[in-house]
Amino acid sequence: MIPELGHFALIVALLLALTQAILPLYGAQRGNLTLMGVARPAAQGQFVFVALAFGCLAWSFLNNDFSVLNVAKNSFSQLPEVYRFTATWGSHEGSMLLWVLILAFWSTAVSVFSRHLPEDMAARVIGVMGLISVGFLAFLLTTSNPFVRLLPAAMDGNDMNPLLQDWGMIIHPPMLYMGYVGFAVAFAFAIAALLSGKMDVAWARWSRPWTTVAWAFLTFGIMLGSWWAYRELGWGGWWFWDPTENASFMPWLAGTALIHSLAVTEKRGAFKAWTVLLALIAFSLSLLGTFLVRSGVLSSVHAFATDPARGAFILGFLAVVIGGSLVLYAWRAPKMVTGSGFTWFSRESLLLANNVILVAALGSVLLGTLYPLLMDAMGLGKISVGPPYFNSVFVPVMAPALFLMAIGPLARWKEASLPDVITRLKWALGVALAVGLLVPLGLGGFKPWAALGFFLAAWIALSVLAGFVDRLKHGQGSLVHKLSTLPRGFWGMQLAHFGMAVGIAGIAVVANYQTERDVRMELNSYAELAGYTFTFRGTTEHDGPNYRAARGTLEVSRDGRQVATLHPEKRVYNASGMAMTEADIHPNVYRDIYVAMGEQLDDGGAWTVRLFYKPFINWLWFGALFMVFGGFLAASDKRYRIALRRSEMPKHVAAQGA
Amino acid sequence: MAMKSRHRKLALITLVVAILGVAVALVLNAFNSNLVFFFSPTQIANGEAPTSRAFRLGGLVEEGSLKRQADGLTVNFVVTDTAKSIPVTYTGILPDLFKEGKGVVAEGKLGSDGLFTATQVLAKHDENYMPPEAAHALEQAAKAQQTVVE
Repeated sequence: MIPELGHFALIVALLLALTQAILPLYGAQRGNLTLMGVARPAAQGQFVFVALAFGCLAWSFLNNDFSVLNVAKNSFSQLPEVYRFTATWGSHEGSMLLWVLILAFWSTAVSVFSRHLPEDMAARVIGVMGLISVGFLAFLLTTSNPFVRLLPAAMDGNDMNPLLQDWGMIIHPPMLYMGYVGFAVAFAFAIAALLSGKMDVAWARWSRPWTTVAWAFLTFGIMLGSWWAYRELGWGGWWFWDPTENASFMPWLAGTALIHSLAVTEKRGAFKAWTVLLALIAFSLSLLGTFLVRSGVLSSVHAFATDPARGAFILGFLAVVIGGSLVLYAWRAPKMVTGSGFTWFSRESLLLANNVILVAALGSVLLGTLYPLLMDAMGLGKISVGPPYFNSVFVPVMAPALFLMAIGPLARWKEASLPDVITRLKWALGVALAVGLLVPLGLGGFKPWAALGFFLAAWIALSVLAGFVDRLKHGQGSLVHKLSTLPRGFWGMQLAHFGMAVGIAGIAVVANYQTERDVRMELNSYAELAGYTFTFRGTTEHDGPNYRAARGTLEVSRDGRQVATLHPEKRVYNASGMAMTEADIHPNVYRDIYVAMGEQLDDGGAWTVRLFYKPFINWLWFGALFMVFGGFLAASDKRYRIALRRSEMPKHVAAQGA
Repeated sequence: MAMKSRHRKLALITLVVAILGVAVALVLNAFNSNLVFFFSPTQIANGEAPTSRAFRLGGLVEEGSLKRQADGLTVNFVVTDTAKSIPVTYTGILPDLFKEGKGVVAEGKLGSDGLFTATQVLAKHDENYMPPEAAHALEQAAKAQQTVVE
């Protein structure tokens, strides 16, 4: 009964989404307040029913209802309870349901936090989000129904893909989708603005906190995905330029450009048309990412689905959304009035450079991701575009943006003085150059890319410092008082920029100075790597809840001092018979020691073992966390709430007058 | 004033074009040297594959062909598309799902002696998964055999 209830709830949600889309959009066009008023309750009702459907699916997973096809395919009676819950979104159908749930969640959030918006604007934003919900709910119901029954019921399930049985994967998809789908809010604001023709500064102020929050979630989601791949795939890599990774990275690049151009639009009224276009692009890329990962056109860790009907549906939906919004844009954008001018050296021009570079980088990733697919689709042969392409294009294209990133926050709006900025940053440039030259030597050999990385990291970090010095020079009171009165928007930006510096430092070290060895290890033999000695103490049988493992013991020591005892495992999962390498890691702030088991070589207990020394790898995750925190902090800036109160006032007064 | 704004626009457009130009140059350069082409065992046997640059080879790991050298790390195996077979050597740890009779994709260089030296072996995903390159190779070989029979 429960799965049928879920199915029914989805149908009701689709009807509510249709209501949420059609009535308010029509009402906003006709100036009918009653119809516009439908938007909020419809969105909230839709959320309730999608949540009910999601709950029904989760219930089926938790209770091992193997008469549901999706459960039989993706769960297993021996699977630990927490993974039975996360298996809800481990499959194609479940993850699309999660997509719809998060979209409904964002719509509801907009319906609650949009009291300060003009009624027609709120109705249009919620209506556009309703249209997107309609598309995805129809997709679920027609091609990907998660509640399909299996008759007769399976005795037991096929188990969840073992790679996904990791707690990084518990939170990675929801966080990633919060980001992906969050750009739907920015998209809806852009479409609403185009429909109403009101492209004012207020529009940028409304959509800015939403966009920043979505960006922060997406950053967190990508970080978790990278962290999961590093720990779980057993190859010690943290970024493979795999199409599924690029699928989430492209919206991130567009979103990063968007939050910067929104700043210009809000503060200076410039770049209006460009900002709207970026909002459309960011969400279009989220949809493209969903299409790439979910249609089965790729063959990768995430892409389980292979059903042409699904691909055709998403492709059609993609064409309608992207095509429709671009047509609307082409029609309305020329009417937008450009804001005040600026000189060649100003914060605007630096942010423009940031945007151009980010979009160029985005283009290079898009080309490398889609080119093999296009070649294949046209029957021109199979090719692959791997990390060497992306590294040799992406790094040089992004380096100037990272250099300018340190200057931008110190430049004034409209017209900045180059001599003034040079005066304030010349010491930083000197120190950064010294860091770039000397640190690689200290780490065991000069490498140009490492030097560039350290230079940029130091340069950005020092400019953050210079930014604080600049702000604290003036004004009265103690240092603590001054720091606490700085706006959160400023703190958020500086934290995020500092996080970038930390991340770049991490990448520069780990990409250039990591070492690894594949070795054959006999019982009680030892191997050396990066000054550490690894002694192999053999393996023992170990039974997990739904797998059997050979569990190795390696003692790690340095200069005769014990550092760690690691237990990497080679698992064989009971249901699928699939083998999996579970690495073991000893982390600290400066390095990870990473050990993975290869294969048993003979009956004497010899194994092949893979040893990694990963310096500064954790700086990557720290850097990303700074960026996430900075994003949330900036979105909570008082300014948006003041703007909210101010815009409420006239409405209140008007109501009294009426 | 009009002049100034025109100059400004010109400067901005120059900047944008310059950045895009650099990006395009980098892309073209990287594309040329970093695209990895795919060849099936039949194509390699026909001499279509280059010996100078790296490429990908895909197919099935032939049953009973996996041999391990004394160092424990170097392995030899044969990749087949059921029509033709290519011997492969690889030093390192094989992926979890590498198995005889299953699909595999190897990236590396072809020696003049016909031995393919792999730098990377890909065999991922679940048990029944076939890498698209490997599936493609099998299809091609099957088609070729059919035309011969007809």
